[in-house]
Amino acid sequence: MYDFNFHSASSVDDAASKLAAAKDGTVMAGGQTLIPVLKQRLASPSDVVSLAGAGLSGITNNGDSVTIGATTTHAAVAASGDVPAALRSVAEGIGDAQVRNRGTIGGSIANNDPAADYPAALLGLGATVTTNQRDIAADDFFIGLFETALNDGEIVKSVTFPNATKAAYAKFPNPASRYAMVGVFVAQAADGVRVAVTGATDCAHRGPRLEAALSANWSASALDGITIPPENLNSDIHGSAEYRANLVIVMAKRAVEAAG
Amino acid sequence: MVENGIGASLKRKEDNRFLTGKGNYTDDINRRGQTHVYIVRSPHAHATINSVNTAAAAAAPGVVAVYGGQDLIDDAVGGLVCGASVTGKGGEVNKAPPRNVLTIDKARFVGDPIIAVIAETLAQAKDAAELVEIDYTELPSTVSTANSDADGAPQLHEECPNNVALDWELGDKAAVDAAFAAAHKTAKVELINNRMVTNAMEPRAAVGEYNSGTGDLTLYVTSQNPHVHRLVMSAFMNIMPEHKFRVVAPDVGGGFGSKIFTYNEEAICAWAAKKLDRPVKWTSDRSEGFMSDAHGRDHVSTAEMAMDADGKFLGMRVDSKSNMGAYLQLFSVSIPTLFHGFLLAGQYTTPAIYLEMRCVMTNTAPVDAARGAGRPEATYLLERLVDVSAREMGLDPAEIRRRNFIKADQMPYQTPVVQCYDSGDYDASLDKALGMADYDGFSARQAEAKGRGKLRGIGLSSYIEACGVAPSAAVGSLGVGVGLWESAQVRFNPTGGVTVFTGTHSHGQGHETAFAQLVTERLGVPVENVEVVHGDTDKGQFGMGTYGSRSLPVGGVAIANACDKIIAKGKKIAAHTLEASEDDIEFGDGNFTVAGTDKVMNIAEVAFTAYVPHNYPEGVEPGLDEIAFFDPLNFSFPAGAHVCEVEIDPDTGTLEIVNYTAIDDFGVLVNPMIVEGQVHGGLAHGIGQALLEGCVYDEDSGQLISGSFMDYCMPRADNLPSFNVDYSPTIPLHNPLGVKGCGEAGAIAAPPAVINAIVNALDIKHLDMPATPEKLWRAAQAAG
Repeated sequence: MYDFNFHSASSVDDAASKLAAAKDGTVMAGGQTLIPVLKQRLASPSDVVSLAGAGLSGITNNGDSVTIGATTTHAAVAASGDVPAALRSVAEGIGDAQVRNRGTIGGSIANNDPAADYPAALLGLGATVTTNQRDIAADDFFIGLFETALNDGEIVKSVTFPNATKAAYAKFPNPASRYAMVGVFVAQAADGVRVAVTGATDCAHRGPRLEAALSANWSASALDGITIPPENLNSDIHGSAEYRANLVIVMAKRAVEAAG
Repeated sequence: MVENGIGASLKRKEDNRFLTGKGNYTDDINRRGQTHVYIVRSPHAHATINSVNTAAAAAAPGVVAVYGGQDLIDDAVGGLVCGASVTGKGGEVNKAPPRNVLTIDKARFVGDPIIAVIAETLAQAKDAAELVEIDYTELPSTVSTANSDADGAPQLHEECPNNVALDWELGDKAAVDAAFAAAHKTAKVELINNRMVTNAMEPRAAVGEYNSGTGDLTLYVTSQNPHVHRLVMSAFMNIMPEHKFRVVAPDVGGGFGSKIFTYNEEAICAWAAKKLDRPVKWTSDRSEGFMSDAHGRDHVSTAEMAMDADGKFLGMRVDSKSNMGAYLQLFSVSIPTLFHGFLLAGQYTTPAIYLEMRCVMTNTAPVDAARGAGRPEATYLLERLVDVSAREMGLDPAEIRRRNFIKADQMPYQTPVVQCYDSGDYDASLDKALGMADYDGFSARQAEAKGRGKLRGIGLSSYIEACGVAPSAAVGSLGVGVGLWESAQVRFNPTGGVTVFTGTHSHGQGHETAFAQLVTERLGVPVENVEVVHGDTDKGQFGMGTYGSRSLPVGGVAIANACDKIIAKGKKIAAHTLEASEDDIEFGDGNFTVAGTDKVMNIAEVAFTAYVPHNYPEGVEPGLDEIAFFDPLNFSFPAGAHVCEVEIDPDTGTLEIVNYTAIDDFGVLVNPMIVEGQVHGGLAHGIGQALLEGCVYDEDSGQLISGSFMDYCMPRADNLPSFNVDYSPTIPLHNPLGVKGCGEAGAIAAPPAVINAIVNALDIKHLDMPATPEKLWRAAQAAG
């Protein structure tokens, strides 16, 4: 780890001003990605601004939607009665107990790891990301590999998930890292069917063909015969693009079955 | 009947400190004035080192010294040595290319150590290490076990033309050729034994400390064999004479073979501590461990079996290559040859066996002994070949095994590949395993699984291993450069407590408990009055350490023999005190008794008398403190039958082990609870190899792809079933305690049991390890 200045922000505004004052600062939420990266000397920020004391943790359910504060841990989401079951199961399946007790929803989506679970949930439920500057629809938030719509100095405050009629997440974990080799979130809501895929490509994304099929017929069998072209899919020592293409369909079917 | 003796499942004495955070590991040791060393390693698989500029690093804040390989050579420090000398085809002994502690002109694998930066703090050492400028010319690299000896492959060492360190053969080629010519049917399988990184929970570490007042050097180090570390560093590396050199291996968090060897970083800590007259500490981080710990396995083989019309094995032929990595480690070429070839008969009467083994150098980390060391490779190859043979013959895998087993009444049994088994009842193990696993009910379970869309398979593994490493004369004649006896000292204190010094080393095996039970059984002393000391060259006699499941079969017998010397001396003292003839003294349950009388003297009283010899037999020395050495007459031969049952989801290739039965023959069990734990750990290791673990280097760049736990998949609890473990013991002829060793069995037996179950589920001939979900999915799709 290289030397850096450490700041504990008391609020989002405080964090933003500390960040603005830093030469090359970075925000830390739960630190579950940032700290290993720092330990391996793969990043050298001049300043690290912790959001732990910024008051961004908490879950509120107003009946139509649930809003989760940016620094709410995965463990808190997994254990909350205010959170719909599908979203709880996403949180429950992230990392291990240590990661779930430190890692946060805001940190996860701001990092936008291509194999992270939460991006699929945000896209699948049509969530809205609230930052210190604006509201961003999930569909506009996840841009590319480790890339989001967040501007420099823009900090996630919370994520709001509208209710769905039916929803579920099916994940095929990478055997080693337990990140999603492929994860598929399906949801049926008043405004239609949404399907989101993570792990398969360089960024979580919607699956329009799957959505069309499920909109016509909400059942696993509706996905029979659909094949995913492997061309742009990830390929590594754990799974080829062809294998991931298969997993997208299988996980989508399982998610539909689990959603009921 | 002695309480807490042999056979008692006593809870482990050492666990109190381990479970309460009171263990004392090498990284817990910090000495006054300590410095920290960080190693600059090659980022390239193969490169010429044109120049090194350390000026900026040396001038960086906190830097104490920056050393390269020439600095050690200038101090007459020798390189790392290969301790094996194995004679191959044409009487040619293996090549042993030299290895400097820090490589000077060429880097041969990713992680090859080049420069040592020593600073006041680790952070300063790391900062300065980034300032070391090394000018490389990258060279083409080769990481392939199968192809590194091909024409035109990049060459690692001048001493090893075509990258071949050893071309070895074993057995009667003509007899095997004749068997194949006469065969009714033959079977053939090509297979890969996947490379593993052992990944002990505790990374390697070392702290060197020099006392310029006395001229004594101490090295605290993660070692399975501190005396061997000291011997190698003294005799071959010239770091310090043995009598001025103390090596301490304190609590060690797992070794699995990888901590047998003497490593570069340890030598630097020892040497630099004296040179700087300041303690020098190094602790591997996990990434360094992946790069630089000795790896295990890594064979590619073709195995063939010739059979008669009844499926009797007539002859077996194996053509194999093993990857040695970039340099030969301490045991290196002895593992794929002696420890592999000598087990190829397995549990069978195959009369003719011929093995060709080519040990090749590659641009990868050195490969050496890892839990099982050669025997897992032999067992996997053989037990896979047996299943393929059954498939060719249309025989049930259990039936073909029974037709070829060495029978219990044939013991001792001389195999055609050197080993002479002294005990075993392989039919009994298999029958018990098949019964416990409900083998007969499998087809019904398979049909039921099919109804749920799952492919269910069952697989067997009838394994044998050679443990109790090892009879010194035998291994000496084969080219192993050390004796492999073991030592023990049993010391009574005047007040009756017993301190046992063993030359073995416990790094998870539970010696402090099991060895105490042995002494309790032998001497009748309460187990809480027995303390086992190991891991410090200043605290005990020379010993060979722990590997090859040798601690109890060899080290345990040395302890028992020392106890017997104590009893013999105690009889003289008791006879004198009780005014009887020594011949009339009987010993049992801790008491010396005059036969046929009620005259008795407890061993604690005898000990007190020995230390306060006011009334003492003439000619007997005071004190009660005996040393014994034990050199076994033969290896021990643990064996057994394992049955694995799996279910595969054809849509994803996900596999679940739904049942695993292990029947092992370990002879006498000293502490059955510890034995069961060793079996569980070994099975996790073996199942990990079969399903999850694979060390992968990029074929083009030579980069280590599986360089962290993000990509190298260790087995976790949820990958494993609840094991069904039981025993089918036979008593060995050659071991005075009747014990055989249990630490490696699971890692040896499990891989073929798992893969045999998988190929059964998929109805295919073979599938290479690790059987990842994608491989299983593809096989399931191809099988329809």
